Amino acid sequence: MARTIIDKIWDDHVVTEEKGTALLYIDRHLVHEVTSPQAFEGLRMAGRKVRRPELTFAVPDHNVPTTDRSRGISDPVSALQVDTLAQNAREFGVTHFSMNDQRQGIVHVIAPEQGITLPGQTIVCGDSHTATHGAFGSLAFGIGTSEVEHVLATQTLPQSRPRTMEVQIKGRPPQGITPKDFILAVIGQIGAAGGTGYVIEFTGEAVRALSMEGRMTLCNMAIEAGARAGLVAPDSTTFDYIKGRPYAPKGDLWEKAVAFWKTLPSDPQATYDRTVTVDISSLAPQVTWGTNPGQVAGIDGRVPDPESFSDPVVRDSAKKALAYMGLVPGTPIAEIPVTRIFIGSCTNGRIEDLRAAAKVVKGRKVARGVSAMVVPGSGLVRAQAEKEGLHTVFIEAGLEWREPGCSMCLGMNPDQLAPFERCASTSNRNFEGRQGKNGRTHLVSPEMAAAAAVTGHFTDHRTLSGS
Amino acid sequence: MDAFVTLDALVAPLDRANVDTDAIIPKQFLKTIRRTGLGVALFYDWRYKDAPSDGRTEGLKTDPSFILNDPRYAGAKILLARENFGCGSSREHAPWALLDYGFRAIIAPSFADIFYNNCFKNGILPVSLLPDQVERLFSEVARTPGTRLLIDLSSQTVVLPSKETFAFTIDPVRKSHLLEGLDEIGLAEKKAELIDAYEKKRRERAPWLTPAV
Repeated sequence: MARTIIDKIWDDHVVTEEKGTALLYIDRHLVHEVTSPQAFEGLRMAGRKVRRPELTFAVPDHNVPTTDRSRGISDPVSALQVDTLAQNAREFGVTHFSMNDQRQGIVHVIAPEQGITLPGQTIVCGDSHTATHGAFGSLAFGIGTSEVEHVLATQTLPQSRPRTMEVQIKGRPPQGITPKDFILAVIGQIGAAGGTGYVIEFTGEAVRALSMEGRMTLCNMAIEAGARAGLVAPDSTTFDYIKGRPYAPKGDLWEKAVAFWKTLPSDPQATYDRTVTVDISSLAPQVTWGTNPGQVAGIDGRVPDPESFSDPVVRDSAKKALAYMGLVPGTPIAEIPVTRIFIGSCTNGRIEDLRAAAKVVKGRKVARGVSAMVVPGSGLVRAQAEKEGLHTVFIEAGLEWREPGCSMCLGMNPDQLAPFERCASTSNRNFEGRQGKNGRTHLVSPEMAAAAAVTGHFTDHRTLSGS
Repeated sequence: MDAFVTLDALVAPLDRANVDTDAIIPKQFLKTIRRTGLGVALFYDWRYKDAPSDGRTEGLKTDPSFILNDPRYAGAKILLARENFGCGSSREHAPWALLDYGFRAIIAPSFADIFYNNCFKNGILPVSLLPDQVERLFSEVARTPGTRLLIDLSSQTVVLPSKETFAFTIDPVRKSHLLEGLDEIGLAEKKAELIDAYEKKRRERAPWLTPAV
């Protein structure tokens, strides 16, 4: 029978099955400091070990400061959580990339960078943005802390088979339209719960043409459409990216692995439980106006009137969102002023994102009253950017150049919005209070965040000369 | 984990769609290394007036306009909510906070996937009802504050005071685990031989999956 890549990976990982619930084998388990302490404590209390420590990788990312780290972490509660991760990793024999290791960074940036993420794998992490790893053609999803404990103890997880959804990205993107715009448009079309219960496979020529960085941005936000995971079938772009990375297979094993990976793409006759087509051929750069990522418009659009929505629940959500965001219906998106800029996160904190942002701000200055920060996704991204001189471009334009971590995507460290501050952010969530209490978050691409930094309001980055 | 069999309890209505886990329990409370004690921080930004970002909970004024601060809903164990409840982050702190506050069941038209899973691991029953049934419950509660519902997991029903009954569906494996309050890790450990066999087969068929370093 013809199968999708999702079916193939699933079937390959079923240890046993009972009444529709499979015990699924997990190939890679990524662990960070926020969602793991209670899981390790659970193991300790039950006298259990980590079954496969060599498949488990730990890194602190949510709490780490993005300023000078030589002084440690000033918040004692954050420091305790980061220390607890290091202690647990030592006690249970798990590989740990410490805060001062150059390989440290956001878990979803460093695992691909290290070659830990491979096609055809099942990958889990106590973090919803685990979907990012789907860019490599793996089944990668976020789990809760009880499930983290389950995987640590047994290297398996009880799961019911997900439904499959194909999201066909149709058409050629206009110049300057990024994968962030694709995914915001997808969520705008199917809604913040449109993918619930599904694993999404992204298909289409425009997806094939994306780099691995772009595919990671796309898959990263599958969860924002409610999907458990999103993935892109592997191809030569994938193999070229992985080859030679530290934890990737070498020599004969590499050849064997590639031969297997080439069998993963969905069979031509395979069918999905649902197929959605999103046409990007006339898409404008996307900007969210509300408090869920599906509340989004083009830069050429306006803040909608809640009364224009026929569904009462949608109308009520829009009303509450506009009240929280301090926006008036009918306001052109391009006239919304911003005072904070955040460039970074597991969505847009990789080298290509920094290159794109640097290109826009090069030779320009951050607008008056705007404060902007660039937070690389990992120490290696930071080092690469510095090698290319991107940090100089940012610093000369007046943006702050920081140490790697999750930073203001969720503000568990000191990087937060003040109440009512309005931010153009390359992160993934515009929920109430996400970046700081009463902070107002608009999600955009790195190019659009950079353009807002230099103009002080949302601006189509393509209209700035040289960008 | 406590078993869930039946629950006869007061219902608190939270009339908002897409309630995300950042709203259920904001970031400053995720720094804990324990599972307990999060109830005071449940819906922190909505519940307290001028809630400080340092996560302090003592000496704060509650916001009377927030539904859980209405004395009529004190002691509610069932939360009535709208679609896509629990969306966003995977933080299990969200069900920990709901449980610590006293909620044992949540009724909504739909739930976000990870949150839904996390509830079962903590003895909370998430009940999906049809949108018009949820609408009925909201109007019932609005008309008669103090409305109680009986949730019976064995028969998979929600019984209204009028004795009208709404049936719900639930995965049979999850249902039996919740009814008995089973330790899932212990259950998986009983299948160790199957896991060993799978790993052996896997080493032969896909040796590259063992990390190179």
